[in-house]
Amino acid sequence: MPYEPVLLANISKKESYTLRVYEAGGGYRGLRRVLKELSPRDVVEMITASGLRGRGGAAFPTGVKWSFLPKDHPGPIYFCVNADESEPGTFVNRIQMEFDPHQVLEGAIISCYATRASKAFIYIRYEYPLCYRRMQAAVNECYAAGYLGKNILGSNFSLDVYLYRGAGVYICGEETGLIESIEGRRAWPRIKPPFPAVEGLFRKPTIVNNVETLACVKQIVDRGVAWFRSLGVPPEPNNPRDPGSFGPKLFGLSGHVNRPGCYEAPLGITVRRLVEHYGGGVWQGRKAKAAVVGGLSTGVISEAEFDTPLDFSAPQRVGCLGLGTGCVVVLDETFPMIDFLYNSCRFFAHESCGQCTPCREGTRWALRILERIKAGRGRLCDLDLLMEIGLTIGITPGTTICGLADGAAWPIQTTIRKFRGELEEYIKKTNPHGYRETKPLPAMTGD
Amino acid sequence: MPTVIIDRREIRIPEGRRLNGIEAARLAGIEIPHYCWHPGLSVAGTCRMCLVEVGTRDPATGKITMQPKLQPACNTLVTDNMILVTDSEKVAQARAMVEEDLLLRHPVDCPICDKAGECLLQDYHYRFGRPERRADIFPFSSRRKDLGDVILFADRCILCTRCVRFAAEISGGKELMLIGRGTEEEIGIVDGYPLCNKLSGNVVDLCPVGALVDKDFLYKQRVWFLRRHANVCTGCAVGCSIWIEEHQERIYRIKPRENPFLNKWWICNDGRYDYSHVHDPRRLLRAEKSGAPLLTVDLQSLAEEINRSLRAAGRLAAVVSPHLTVEEAYLLCKLIRGIDSDALLALGPVPVIGEDESFPGGFLIAAEKCPNRRGVEAVIAYFAHRAASFDELLTEVDQGLLGGVWVSAGYKHEWIGPATASRFDRLKLLVVQDLFPSPLLERATYVLPAPVYAERDGSYVNRYDRMQAVHRAIRPPKNVRTEGELFWAMLGGEGRYDASRVREQLAYEIPYFAAARGGVPESGVDLKSNLLADEGDVSSRGGC
Repeated sequence: MPYEPVLLANISKKESYTLRVYEAGGGYRGLRRVLKELSPRDVVEMITASGLRGRGGAAFPTGVKWSFLPKDHPGPIYFCVNADESEPGTFVNRIQMEFDPHQVLEGAIISCYATRASKAFIYIRYEYPLCYRRMQAAVNECYAAGYLGKNILGSNFSLDVYLYRGAGVYICGEETGLIESIEGRRAWPRIKPPFPAVEGLFRKPTIVNNVETLACVKQIVDRGVAWFRSLGVPPEPNNPRDPGSFGPKLFGLSGHVNRPGCYEAPLGITVRRLVEHYGGGVWQGRKAKAAVVGGLSTGVISEAEFDTPLDFSAPQRVGCLGLGTGCVVVLDETFPMIDFLYNSCRFFAHESCGQCTPCREGTRWALRILERIKAGRGRLCDLDLLMEIGLTIGITPGTTICGLADGAAWPIQTTIRKFRGELEEYIKKTNPHGYRETKPLPAMTGD
Repeated sequence: MPTVIIDRREIRIPEGRRLNGIEAARLAGIEIPHYCWHPGLSVAGTCRMCLVEVGTRDPATGKITMQPKLQPACNTLVTDNMILVTDSEKVAQARAMVEEDLLLRHPVDCPICDKAGECLLQDYHYRFGRPERRADIFPFSSRRKDLGDVILFADRCILCTRCVRFAAEISGGKELMLIGRGTEEEIGIVDGYPLCNKLSGNVVDLCPVGALVDKDFLYKQRVWFLRRHANVCTGCAVGCSIWIEEHQERIYRIKPRENPFLNKWWICNDGRYDYSHVHDPRRLLRAEKSGAPLLTVDLQSLAEEINRSLRAAGRLAAVVSPHLTVEEAYLLCKLIRGIDSDALLALGPVPVIGEDESFPGGFLIAAEKCPNRRGVEAVIAYFAHRAASFDELLTEVDQGLLGGVWVSAGYKHEWIGPATASRFDRLKLLVVQDLFPSPLLERATYVLPAPVYAERDGSYVNRYDRMQAVHRAIRPPKNVRTEGELFWAMLGGEGRYDASRVREQLAYEIPYFAAARGGVPESGVDLKSNLLADEGDVSSRGGC
């Protein structure tokens, strides 16, 4: 039975971003029902029961996150919508905000009601000007229609929404970096504890949720927990720490495929099916060599691992960080992995906020090694060194504050582990006389 | 009392104290290396040098669960039954990694770096780093940037941001910031808004490497030649605890000495650079008698000679400088009152410049620019019930009521003008002890060169009634005798002058100093808090 899109149900309609079209499709009915019939606690329980996990990349259970808020806090409690979608290869939030901003807003209003937040900040990536305009227009429409402002729809719940245009940095998407950025400072992720739910924006309890998560909240309210849990993959019975991967998910497909784009499918679809069925196969009749599973940070899988289901835990079984943002980038058989690795390291070295020593220096060190390899002066021992950098930086070994370094580390780890032969071949070919050297070299440039 | 287990040793944390891993380990005598953490600043947790393994022990079953990730000790508040492991292979590897990372772009120009010898990067690398370099070797550079009061060697910086946090939290000017991102980051200022405030010198002390250097000290001396002596700043009435660092009797720099009751970890620039007068060529270095230099000075014969002159002078008065130590003031008063029991005892002029300055971090610079007004006042009050002012003394001089006046001055700056000085013309005997030439010297019968504060032994009482004792950091120049030595000799004291013996004596004699009985600890003693209890003690004894 073909899957009927839910999150993307609206986007093909004409003027789908207007309140009129959204309401015609049943929009804001869920909000009305919530305000009339449910208490905030009921909503939190509903979301917890649904097993919804954050769609932003870390896959943290949303209901659990909300329950971390201090009980009986005198307020204000703040709510941040993370729309700073900057993960390489990821563009699903953009589609949602450009074509269905009201779905996001409705989810945000329901979530604010559930968390008793009185102000919501939507932090939109700087490079998404159309999203900013569409979201602003939607917010204006909501104020006019009484979905925002004082005493929403006659209830005693009031909410103000502010749009914040991002500062153009990858690290602004990290939740505490985002908070710092809204406060007007450098987006340096905060050291935890305290966690944002206890002390976040302006030192008040704060919840940060991704755009897609909020759209899912809206759908759960509309369609119910049972519907949500009927989609996706149940928890692994022999892994008590796996809460399962339920619900629909937006997958961004890009790279060397015939039909790149944003597709909706239940969690658990395999990479192969996504590429073959939705993407129309690899371009130019070639075969695939590798794919990034869910945004660059999660690492790569080889073609042989394309049968990996895209749920929150399966990518870990093939050595990747996780599902991440669920955005797949396909590389065809002609693409050199050294270039992939170089590009990945260049990105993370450029985006490292520079706060923690291992990330700041480690990402740049890896980049320098790769620059040297690409300049024809690589050595085989460089791969071991790269691997060591990849294994020691990041929040997983505990050497950094935030996960940026993990994002840098996993592509290095997975590429070297899965494509070592190809990389060694490249080094031997480009540096036939010196590839066995192990002593430190004088640097290439004076930077 | 919470118990923490650090490297298999059980440490009891004093009740009610919030300690992080570094502080708790320190209680156990275990050092956790760190760069960005400083007890006086907020926690940044970015250098990652203090990573340790953290776990908990179940108090009921004794079962130990360790967290899989390393945790920064600086941001780990220790709680009951917490376990910290600082000596495991995992921790050692993390430290080695941080050290290796920090040296990737570091110029390693230690031979020309001011910090070499007291540099944490050197020390930690030697102890925790890898023995060999694996990274490519980059060309050497020592790029300099003028930040205002201090100089930044940008390539040496390890980006711990201690200086940035200091400028934001303690001095409050927020002059410093980070420019750029990632490895492009460096400490900077906004053009036209340099780091110029009275606490700016502290960023040099805070800098764990040689990135921020003192313009005053740059290239003057290698630090391993310096010897440090605990002392007290005499720049204002707060009396911050300091280290005086000298080499062969020459002071090269002054650093703050941690004192939780006073200056915490900081000192102001006024105090930090308050030693130029010590080696000033204009300083008085020779005793004079009626304008003629005394070529050889034998302390004993000089003491006897002045003693004779004082006895012959008629009514006496003494100007007791607020730069004298408590012991010296005590001996001077005792000496003058011993000869003339009705002698006038006046407090020397108290220099006051502007108003008190306070900073967001709680640091305060007093307007009163002398170290010991309260101590001297208390001593005079003991001998004369009330300290006369300098003006009262001048009036008596004008009225011709005085025959001989002893002026102990020791001021670092000009303190008396020709008009005031000429009022001393009609005295029979005028003894002046001072640091620098002044109009008063021409009128003096005896001119005695005074020592500077770094050359004195004794104690000072600051504006909060905290008494701190000091021992001299450098020897006085040849022919210069400290007041203490001179008064001791004139009073016929036995042996060498020993300030601590005098202090012990006056602590028993004068109730105000009762808290100083039995010695003064390094951080000083609060005379006021003990005084209340002691006064009751005295009155009850008086009833017997």
